[in-house]
Amino acid sequence: MNSSALNPYILTIVTFIPLAGAVLLMFFPRRDRDIRWFALAVSLLTFVLSLHLPAHFVNGQQGFQFEINLQWISTPNIHYHLGVDGVSMWLVVLTTFLTPLCVMISWKSIHDRVKEFFILLLVLQTAMIGVFVALDLFLFYFFWEGTLIPMALLIGMYGHERRIYAAVKFFLYTMVASVFMLAAIIWFYAKAGTFDFVALQTAIQAGQVPGFATAAPWLFLAFFVAFAVKVPLFPVHTWLPDAHVEAPTAGSVLLAGVLLKMGTYGLLRFNLGLFPEQARSNAPWIIALAIIGIIYGALVAMIQPNLKKLVAYSSVSHLGFVVLGIFSFTQMGLTGAVYVMLAHGISTGGLFMLCGILYERRHTYEISQLGGLATPMPVYATFFLFTVLASVGLPLLNGFIGEFLVLAGAFQAKAVYGVLAATGVIWSAGYLLWMYQRVFYGKVKHDVNLTLPDLTAREQAALWPAAVAALVMGVAPLLWIKAIDPAVRAAIQPVVQMTTQVMGR
Amino acid sequence: MSLNLWLIPVLPLVGAALNGLLGRHFSKRVVTAIALLFPGAALAWALLVVSRALGGGVTLPYTETHATWLGSGAFSVPYAFYLDQLSIVMMLVVTGVGFLIHIYSVGYMSHEGGYYRFFSYLNLFMFFMLTLVLSNNYLLMFVGWEGVGLASYLLIGFFFLRDSAASAGKKAFIVNRVGDFGFLIALFLMIKHFGSLNFDQVFAKVSTMPVEAAGMGLLTVIGILLMVGAAGKSAQIPLYVWLPDAMEGPTPVSALIHAATMVTAGVYMVARSNPIFFRSPTALIIIAIIGCLTAIFAATIGVVQTDIKRVLAYSTISQLGYMFLGCGVAAFSAGVFHLMTHAFFKALLFLSAGSVIHALGGEQDMRRMGGLRKHIPKTFWVMTIATFAIAGFPPLAGFFSKDEILWKAYSSPFGGSWIYWAIAVFTAFLTSFYMFRLWFMTFFGEFRGAEHEGAEHAGHGHAQHGAATHGHIHESPWIMIAPLVVLAVLSFVGGWIGIPHALGGHNQFDQFLSPVFHVSAEAMPAGEHPGARVHEAAAEHAETNTELLLTGVSVGSAILGLFLAWLLYYKRRDLPQKIADSLGMVYRFVLGKYYVDEFYQAAIVKPLLAGSSTVLWRGIDQGLIDGTINTSADATRDVSDGVRQMQSGNIRSYAAWVALGAACVIAFMIWMGVR
Repeated sequence: MNSSALNPYILTIVTFIPLAGAVLLMFFPRRDRDIRWFALAVSLLTFVLSLHLPAHFVNGQQGFQFEINLQWISTPNIHYHLGVDGVSMWLVVLTTFLTPLCVMISWKSIHDRVKEFFILLLVLQTAMIGVFVALDLFLFYFFWEGTLIPMALLIGMYGHERRIYAAVKFFLYTMVASVFMLAAIIWFYAKAGTFDFVALQTAIQAGQVPGFATAAPWLFLAFFVAFAVKVPLFPVHTWLPDAHVEAPTAGSVLLAGVLLKMGTYGLLRFNLGLFPEQARSNAPWIIALAIIGIIYGALVAMIQPNLKKLVAYSSVSHLGFVVLGIFSFTQMGLTGAVYVMLAHGISTGGLFMLCGILYERRHTYEISQLGGLATPMPVYATFFLFTVLASVGLPLLNGFIGEFLVLAGAFQAKAVYGVLAATGVIWSAGYLLWMYQRVFYGKVKHDVNLTLPDLTAREQAALWPAAVAALVMGVAPLLWIKAIDPAVRAAIQPVVQMTTQVMGR
Repeated sequence: MSLNLWLIPVLPLVGAALNGLLGRHFSKRVVTAIALLFPGAALAWALLVVSRALGGGVTLPYTETHATWLGSGAFSVPYAFYLDQLSIVMMLVVTGVGFLIHIYSVGYMSHEGGYYRFFSYLNLFMFFMLTLVLSNNYLLMFVGWEGVGLASYLLIGFFFLRDSAASAGKKAFIVNRVGDFGFLIALFLMIKHFGSLNFDQVFAKVSTMPVEAAGMGLLTVIGILLMVGAAGKSAQIPLYVWLPDAMEGPTPVSALIHAATMVTAGVYMVARSNPIFFRSPTALIIIAIIGCLTAIFAATIGVVQTDIKRVLAYSTISQLGYMFLGCGVAAFSAGVFHLMTHAFFKALLFLSAGSVIHALGGEQDMRRMGGLRKHIPKTFWVMTIATFAIAGFPPLAGFFSKDEILWKAYSSPFGGSWIYWAIAVFTAFLTSFYMFRLWFMTFFGEFRGAEHEGAEHAGHGHAQHGAATHGHIHESPWIMIAPLVVLAVLSFVGGWIGIPHALGGHNQFDQFLSPVFHVSAEAMPAGEHPGARVHEAAAEHAETNTELLLTGVSVGSAILGLFLAWLLYYKRRDLPQKIADSLGMVYRFVLGKYYVDEFYQAAIVKPLLAGSSTVLWRGIDQGLIDGTINTSADATRDVSDGVRQMQSGNIRSYAAWVALGAACVIAFMIWMGVR
């Protein structure tokens, strides 16, 4: 299977096709219709090409696959080093899967500066994919910050009333946090002379990085801060609700679906990969924050008067599960964490699309302005319910698999973690079903809502893939897990080894 | 030989998918055909499977494994189905009663909007319920467990235009989630300690463990947590509050989901887990106490209800309490026996009540009924059989199963006690009383509906045909009566498969289930269990006499209930009000359902919402965190403003800054030098 001649180049192709599309778009005449179709074609092409990855991935093979490693700049020694393991591969596919849906959902809602919008969207896609495939720290940082600018512009240019405030808050929050990571990356280069992740990992394990032992706690924290803000982990989550509420729909979908996962991916790849000892010793308070996030996010979601803020806070809760799973250092916990990342991307992405569809019709997210919508919009209500159920973690849908594995893993690590976090199953049912009732059930309270049109074919085309994915991910999770499981095992190996050494002493 | 068990749940799923996705475009006939065909096929296949299994074609327990559902590391969960005597009983009850209720619903729902939606949900329920009872592991069982909860949510809220219906559906789901929380923790414990969730592997590990005589051992904790789950699904104290509200759903739903099948899932789960409970006397006692308390508690509320469906709802809670009492004294087969007969007569009661409601165009208040036996004689007769069955009159089904539980509650070597028995007998009296109260109020005396003719009850379920048929009381069509007749026959003879030895029977039901329950009971040395005694042959005779005596008492209490109901609701109809007045506070307390809902609302829901809003969101999120960040942002701006002053463009000020800087550097170097 792994014999395709495309293998060394596929990551480059998948990463840069959206950027190439964006460059081409710059020279397009301002015919919005053509621009939309072109953006859709580019994103669909990227998705199809990205399917090469799971098709040719060798499950269980050690290390990274589809690697390419070329010198980019000689001084400083920066490499163009790309590669994926089972975790990052599926995150790439998640990104390429969501982007075409974002294009479709923005079809009508974006009518001003259409060209710039899709250029930004495609640039953002390249940066997001780049984050997941980069194995050179400098390159990683380059892509990491690269996501920031298009996203901030998407929010600031195409958002709602308080878009500037939200964009600035988003930008500063994450930018300030990233600076710490940059400092840590530079420290590594100064000491080890390389930005290469694999080389650094080997050097650290062999004890060949001078001064690492004393600096490691600080380096761990530097990376951690950057990622924790992105996740976002309690208490540095307050940028998220504002960013989501103001962002255009596509921005919200990608923000929740992919950008947050960059944070958890970073925790998994770098905090665990480079600092197993610190990950181990810092785990208790990180887990405490994660569990607080799960419960806190859910409780605050429950009382939100604004639909989109509610979904935003639910993300805080869900991402708490991811962080809990990662720092449980158990096979089930980590596999579950990765699965929650993917599932949350689909179902919360779906919820944001649905919110956007409603906003296009009603120009509000206030729940009090809605009510009884199942009567004028039955098909919409059905899609919404399905997505809510996926998010609630109903078995046979995607949310359950990851949540269950995370909780089981956390419980193995320490029973109290599992018990506290498992209260999440109650809270999530509470806030989502209550919201659903207030939005859809009962009689229509505001006459404007009586005539709301149901879903159009285009909107359904954007929602069906997400719904089908949610179902398949719940029914046949092994399709994903068989690639994730070995990658996760490799990721926790240093941590587990370290524990056994400590125990042995 | 493969039995293809998977077909049994999957067939209704196909029906659900067809009607759910395409039903809008189908004619009503097509929807009906699909809705009946697939559950009917499931029933047919189930019967075929049973005939093969009992004909010796396969050995029980039988397992078929199809694929791995999920797995990580060493842990994995298959898509696998399991057939033993217990799942045979459950499967037949679910497919049999389920199919009858599907037929009934064709008539009952014919005037309602969302016809295809209703049957899609109903078929979906069958899929999940059959998955629940046929699964070979706890996690797939949990799939069914959550799935029936979903179907219940959708069907309770079927008339979603009514706020009360939508709220009831949500409440059911959330309260069930509280139970699921316990269930999940139990599963995590099993994964951690047994490494698997497959029944055979879990029970194999469990069977090597000793009985936990005292304290909170692993099995006791698992058992209690499983019971938390069961209390949610099967509406036991303290999680029963959702079931009365669930009566907002269409009546066939109440019959199928909230009486005959779904709410018994907790009993099934506890019975299925019997190897665990046999080793934990503490967990057993907790189950018995919860069951016993729920039985009497719900029965007292049932006595004062006036909504015909609510009476039946509290009755269901009470009867489920009986089943748990049976399980709690390790008489699992008695619990399952009552589960089965209850499925017959309670489904019949609900469907008959539905027929009454149908006849009256949506009226559910018994105070506006009366004298209906002349108008709807067929309904009257089937309901009469059901009422006598639930009240425990021999030789109807309810008598045998209830008596079995009462006897075991008294005599079981696993913690049987006369206290359980006394409470249960008193509950039997209450049951008989409130059921005959319902019977007299509905079918006897004069029709009292006319006085309230003008009052429109838009709030009630069946309002749609209310407008068309009000004032004309009509018997239901044959498609609704036929299933009632079948259920009436079952409610009559269904108990005869479990006639106890004391009454000259052989209790075939108990023998049939014995491979499931008795193996694990016998696997345990009798002396090891605190209550376990080996029965001497000599004691056998005395015991038979005791059993007959107790049976006499329970029949007597049923007759007493009938008499009292006759007196109060037929002979002297002025008395109930007087009694209620004289009881005053107590009566209002019971009428208010002990204000448990109000207590939960005030003690949990309100503080949670208020706390989340004021403390967490406004306090911490917006006040503390954003406040801190905005303050530091402001501070940064102030500092920058200060720093900006340095770039004044004034050469002399630059020179001063340079000098200051140089001074600092020099000072620093001196300081370093000094060190």
